[in-house]
Amino acid sequence: MPFDVQSIDWLAISPVLAVAVAALVVLLADLFLEGARKAVLPWLTLAGLGAGLALLVPLRADGDDARGTFCSPSGCSYVVTDLTLVLQLVLLGSAFVVVLLSMPMVGADGAEGAGDSPEVPGGEYHFLLLSSVTGAVALAGARDLLTLVVALETLSLPAFALVGLRRDGRGGEAALKFFLLSAGATAVLLFGVSLVYGSTGSVHLARIAGELDRLDPKLTHVAATGAVLTMIGFAFKVAAVPFHAWAPDTYRGAPIPVAAYLSVVSKTAGFAGLLLVAGIAFRPYAHLWGPALAVLAAVTMTAGNVAALRQTDAVRLLAWSSIAQSGYVLVPFGTAAGHGEDLADTLPAAVAYLAVYAVMNLGAFAVVTLVARERGGLVDDHRGLFRAHPVAALAMAFFLLCLAGIPPGLAGLFAKVTVFQAVIGAGTGWLAVVMAVNVVIGLYYYLAWTARLFVVEAPGTPPVAGSEGAAEVRTGTAPMPLPLVAALVLTGALGVLLSVAPQLVLHVLTVPGLLG
Amino acid sequence: MSVVLILVVAAPLLGAALLLLPGVGDRAARLIGVGATAATLVGAVALACAFRRGRGMRFETDVSWAPSLGLRFHLGIDGISLPLLVLTALLTLLVAVHSLWNIPPGGSSRAFVALFLLLETGTLGTFAALDLILFFLFFEVVLVPMYFLINRWGSAGERGPASYKFILYTLLGSAVMLLGFLLIQAKTGTFDMVELADRHGAGMSHGVQVLAFLAIGLGLAVKVPMWPLHTWLPDAHTAAPTAGSVLLAGVLLKMGTYGLIRIAVPVLPEGAETFAPYLAAFGVIGIVYGSLVCLALLRDPDGDLKRIIAYSSVGHMGFALLGIATLTPQGVNGALFVNIGHGLVTGLLFFLAGAVKDRHGTALLGRLGGGMYGRTPRLGALVAFGAVAGLGLPGLAGFWGELLAMYGAYEPGAGLSVGGYRTFLALAGLGTVLTAAYLLGLVRRLCMGPVGGEPTVGVDVTGPELVVWTPLVALTLVAGLWPATLLAITDPAVRALMGGS
Repeated sequence: MPFDVQSIDWLAISPVLAVAVAALVVLLADLFLEGARKAVLPWLTLAGLGAGLALLVPLRADGDDARGTFCSPSGCSYVVTDLTLVLQLVLLGSAFVVVLLSMPMVGADGAEGAGDSPEVPGGEYHFLLLSSVTGAVALAGARDLLTLVVALETLSLPAFALVGLRRDGRGGEAALKFFLLSAGATAVLLFGVSLVYGSTGSVHLARIAGELDRLDPKLTHVAATGAVLTMIGFAFKVAAVPFHAWAPDTYRGAPIPVAAYLSVVSKTAGFAGLLLVAGIAFRPYAHLWGPALAVLAAVTMTAGNVAALRQTDAVRLLAWSSIAQSGYVLVPFGTAAGHGEDLADTLPAAVAYLAVYAVMNLGAFAVVTLVARERGGLVDDHRGLFRAHPVAALAMAFFLLCLAGIPPGLAGLFAKVTVFQAVIGAGTGWLAVVMAVNVVIGLYYYLAWTARLFVVEAPGTPPVAGSEGAAEVRTGTAPMPLPLVAALVLTGALGVLLSVAPQLVLHVLTVPGLLG
Repeated sequence: MSVVLILVVAAPLLGAALLLLPGVGDRAARLIGVGATAATLVGAVALACAFRRGRGMRFETDVSWAPSLGLRFHLGIDGISLPLLVLTALLTLLVAVHSLWNIPPGGSSRAFVALFLLLETGTLGTFAALDLILFFLFFEVVLVPMYFLINRWGSAGERGPASYKFILYTLLGSAVMLLGFLLIQAKTGTFDMVELADRHGAGMSHGVQVLAFLAIGLGLAVKVPMWPLHTWLPDAHTAAPTAGSVLLAGVLLKMGTYGLIRIAVPVLPEGAETFAPYLAAFGVIGIVYGSLVCLALLRDPDGDLKRIIAYSSVGHMGFALLGIATLTPQGVNGALFVNIGHGLVTGLLFFLAGAVKDRHGTALLGRLGGGMYGRTPRLGALVAFGAVAGLGLPGLAGFWGELLAMYGAYEPGAGLSVGGYRTFLALAGLGTVLTAAYLLGLVRRLCMGPVGGEPTVGVDVTGPELVVWTPLVALTLVAGLWPATLLAITDPAVRALMGGS
């Protein structure tokens, strides 16, 4: 067989490359820069992510044809479709906001600590973050199982380190727990992939679907087992119940921006993987995984919401709420069986939901970051935030009501309506009812939090004459750090924009052949 | 494209946005509230003046909002929505004027004003929306403002649970309602209420119609509120500040019956036929149950005046449900008339209850004592007026709606059991007697008898109060004496909607 030099479509993979190159640049810069000059690292990171975002534009303008690269006769391993671009936009944009969130936290040289929280070393942090984002962005374009697995590991390995980066006991424990469970999930995933490969003889998603259709009946059980195990691997990433156990502790132990990263970027990437394997490779088995994921969706949202009711810690509450939100995203998957083979009607609803979820969840994390700096990490520490930071409090109220899905949080409402529409259209009525009940449960804790923002009296214990000054400090009217302001403005503006013009996101529902 | 209607819906929202500007003081906030609501009322009255009677929608706007979702920004009004629109604008203006002097402690008056302005936008939008999703959206807009009004400015001790009960109950209702809307869209491919009403259920099988009606009906029944889904209402009313109670009873409750008339009955005729007897039965149970509870509360020294009025609302809305459930133009006209009458009378009663509570510091009958005629004769007379209007005295606004609803029940629509509906009619008649009993009992308890209770307060009706209450009293008389003015507006639209001639 003659050695064939593969021609690589550099533009197609340019967003991935931009982020990867930025990661290396940051790593090198961290080695050669000293002291205060390390303050440039976050800006390099932002520039890398910005370049990745900018490179999506020529790809979008390129036209409707999918660009494939790393092709072999059985298919391409990396394909840029509209779906890829939407997911990469969400992933890169979210990572951009995460970097903004972490700027006040990350030390310039890792020595001086601001506030009482242990500092996070800047060079490592940004390098790891960019590496992880590289995996996430690559995953959105991956079209064979091996690329998917490699991308997923590229996403996950740096994430373990990110969780444990703040070298205190809790961070270490969280990172270890995350690592062990994640490694188990990867093993399951790899086992599934090997079974699928063994029975179909291919790793390319589109080809697998074709092979599954004309599979030797003796192999169907093997292939189905492989499909289920593969999907379980991704279900772990999106923290679907019962594979969610890592999420609350990991979020809580990690620095808050890292928690935001896990709950948005990592989760979106996980859903992207699920979308690709379920929507393309295992499409012929939709009658199997559809009902299973429907049950999973119902259990996930219910467990997440019920557990969130009892949380007093802000990050922990957001962790459970994000598990519940995962349940909502899973709902369109759960309706697949009702649609037979045509998944293009339902699965895009999950993409639309993810995009809106990224905006509102990052916004909420931005305010939590701010409050945690000034007061503390409890939901009760948000009491009376309106007096100290009116704009931040109003933004938080907006994000929380978006997550709850009632006006004025129209963006979230539209996202929920989209998901409901997919379910009702597919005729999976019971799942719609479960979700309706869950929306009500969710409203309770989101609203309780919102109400706290506007409580009049000072936070904490009833004011004593002597503690007047202390209360004043805790109320903290210090100016907000500029990066946090930028993150708030960015997410807030996007949230309002999506509330007024939901079509911007909902457009994905009507893009023909989104799943390629 | 009608700019005026959009402006009417948006004016309160603009007012609320104005309040967000930094540096708006306490006094300015209250004045902005009055200004925005007055502008809204002027707009609504202008619409009413320019309104041509007859079939079809007026002042329509129909532009695409989110094509992928099928959502259109479709507004328009007809004879069914116009009276409710004007009523909403009027009551909110009165609340705004009332708030010039009376905002209970609990938070900044800026927030208070902004919240009831948001509430007004939500209700006006609900009455003007002609797209199912848009309707749902406006329907939900009222939830958060009302929650905060109760939760922050309500009476201490009760407001927390009451506010949560209110919002969780109604959200569950509207979420289920949304499922019904989406089911309709899945089968017919449109959210357009006008088109769906014209189709009279074409394209939906009997089963689908029944299911969709069940979902939508349940959601709206919570809002109405229909017995046995009413339990959030008395708590919310008792805890809410005066302004909240007035808006809740006068405006928010109307959204439930309006939704039934505008959406559930015309769009899903077969579903309506299936469930009409149940609606009627629950409505009649509500009438009787509401009045029995009121009678019990009257004897209870811990009976709360506002709670009595709240339960009387359950009874009145029972009449509206009965009227709708007859599926006849008379019945539906009656239901609409009940809505307007109830909005005026109960709005007035809640204002009065608030005034009593402000003067005495309590609304518990046992502590209020009697002798209001002696102490504060004008206030006593107004309470008596509100009570007799509430019991449906001929010549006042409460009368015609109940009469029409019961008239409709005497000869219900085709396919409905005449015997059953006449039984309902008899029970509703019994309910009117019981209603008269408790309202007259209330007058006797509060207004007559020896001066008792503590503390004895001598302040009679003040000038500002008179300004707020006079329009309600006057309109109660007008609607009672010249019902034809209102019916001439509603009747053509109702007939068009019911598919009759």
